[in-house]
Amino acid sequence: MSMLAKAPRPQPRFRLRLATKWEEIKDNKISYVFLAPYGIFFILFTVLPVLIAIGLSFTHYNMLQSPKWVGWQNYLRLFLADDVFLIAVKNTFIFAVITGPLSYLLCLFFAWMINELHPKVRAVLTLLFYAPSISGNLYLMWTILFSPDSYGYVNGFLLYWGIIDSPIQFLTDPRWMMPLVIVVVLWMSLGTSFLVFIAGLQGIDQTMYEAGAVDGVKNRIQELYYITLPSMRPQLMFGAIMSITQSFAAAGQIIPLVGFPSTDYAAHTVVAHLLDYGNIRFEMGYASAIAVVLFITMVAAQRIVQRVLSKLGD
Amino acid sequence: MQIRQKRLTRSAGGDFIIFVVLFLGGAFSALPLVFAISNAFKPLNELFLFPPQFFVRNPTFDNFRDLFVLMGESWVPISRYLFNTVFITVAGTGGHVLMASMAAYVLAKHRFPGRDLFFAMVVLSLMFAYQVTAIPNYLTMSALGWLDTYAAIIVPAWSSSLGLFLMKQFMEQINDSLLEAARIDGASEFHIFWRIVMPNVKPAWLTLIILSFQSLWNETGGRFIYSEELKTLPYALNQIIQGGVARAGVGAAVGVIMMIVPIVVFVFNQSKVVQTMGAAGINK
Repeated sequence: MSMLAKAPRPQPRFRLRLATKWEEIKDNKISYVFLAPYGIFFILFTVLPVLIAIGLSFTHYNMLQSPKWVGWQNYLRLFLADDVFLIAVKNTFIFAVITGPLSYLLCLFFAWMINELHPKVRAVLTLLFYAPSISGNLYLMWTILFSPDSYGYVNGFLLYWGIIDSPIQFLTDPRWMMPLVIVVVLWMSLGTSFLVFIAGLQGIDQTMYEAGAVDGVKNRIQELYYITLPSMRPQLMFGAIMSITQSFAAAGQIIPLVGFPSTDYAAHTVVAHLLDYGNIRFEMGYASAIAVVLFITMVAAQRIVQRVLSKLGD
Repeated sequence: MQIRQKRLTRSAGGDFIIFVVLFLGGAFSALPLVFAISNAFKPLNELFLFPPQFFVRNPTFDNFRDLFVLMGESWVPISRYLFNTVFITVAGTGGHVLMASMAAYVLAKHRFPGRDLFFAMVVLSLMFAYQVTAIPNYLTMSALGWLDTYAAIIVPAWSSSLGLFLMKQFMEQINDSLLEAARIDGASEFHIFWRIVMPNVKPAWLTLIILSFQSLWNETGGRFIYSEELKTLPYALNQIIQGGVARAGVGAAVGVIMMIVPIVVFVFNQSKVVQTMGAAGINK
């Protein structure tokens, strides 16, 4: 007892801090009133779902019976017993590693190239490059271009010119699927990041270039590396977030292109696997485990890229 | 191609390379769009020519006429699908712009406990794909009894995180002394928000309108809407396309109609959108 009595008692100080915090919250009542409408729905439809997914991932749940706790079983099954999931991980990895950086660089380089054009020309080219990302379902036009019969335009031309003698099954042949899907996703990838980069380039102080030329910057590439990129680092960081998220979410566009499931699962991604178990098989616990793995992978990828970019030009 | 100002660091060879790359990139970007427009005006016999023709030779409005005939035959009147899409788009966009702006104002200009934590969660939410939250959201909708109602589409659209992020970053540019002056004059926070902040961030709320419009305009209702009379225009048009090979021309017409609207909206607001994006950096 006496030892306990000698120990410092944190309670009053803690209570005091809590009380001052509460005063602070009461003083800022109006701020919470402004935040509340958005905040409630954001928590309900974005924050809570992540927590629910984590919780459900440790259960067996088919939406008919109440969830049953199974511990790590879903995760063990995912990594040890589900061959299709491992294919999906491999495809997602290949897909993200190619389309993520490529779409990011495309956004940056096209924004950079149109930056010095006359404002009117720049506006037209901005629209031209941005349009595919907002054209809704129009990307399905690619399925007509690559249709597997002689009415498919690519096959039709190749047959007509005598390059091939039978149509190529572009969107069902595992050898062609992945490259074509990557092309289509890159085609529609000049979205928000592209606009952010255009704006970032416009915002750079022009006198820095004049100073740079005096200091011995000789050509565009040096100018880009020493002046332009370091000046637009905030936009580069934000663009990276958008590009990475997009490269993972793009699986939503892959499925209408190659069908579900794709031949030999050649274009099967983690997102497709998630939809399979969540929307078709109703194994919600297992699907939640897939969602959690996807979440952790994406956030980890984001953190790594942010760390690399923050060192840019230092 | 007109270069704005000649600089010492510019070479003619570099200009030429940039011109070639832009030309090729532009052609690649435009190809499916031009192809869709061209196909939409092709008569049936031209759609199935061998060797195929990329461009239309005898343009016709047959495909658009067929589309309207097919629409007239649909079980639920097409005007109902159109109403659903317009209603969802207007209600979702309006709510999003208002709520996100209110939240963005206090996140940008007030200091209060939890502010940084909340904004960090918003930035984190930009980092993962929407598919992560799909299953719990379905369960939430089910628990709230919102399945098969407009609310299942509209309410989540209110809390889109990209809109809040862009708005908050843009509002940070507003000069604090402007707000202080109004406070000294005894203006309420609502007055400051509505009369001072909002008129100053017009490019940002136009951008939010456009981004929200783009996603809701293409909303098919997906897993949330089952009743035919609550389905949206993109859903109805997709059904028409799925009529098979004979609908290839109509399908292209549908694609063109759905594409035109967001593109036209963007064209008229392009400079405002780019201006807003300029503020959208992340400093670490």
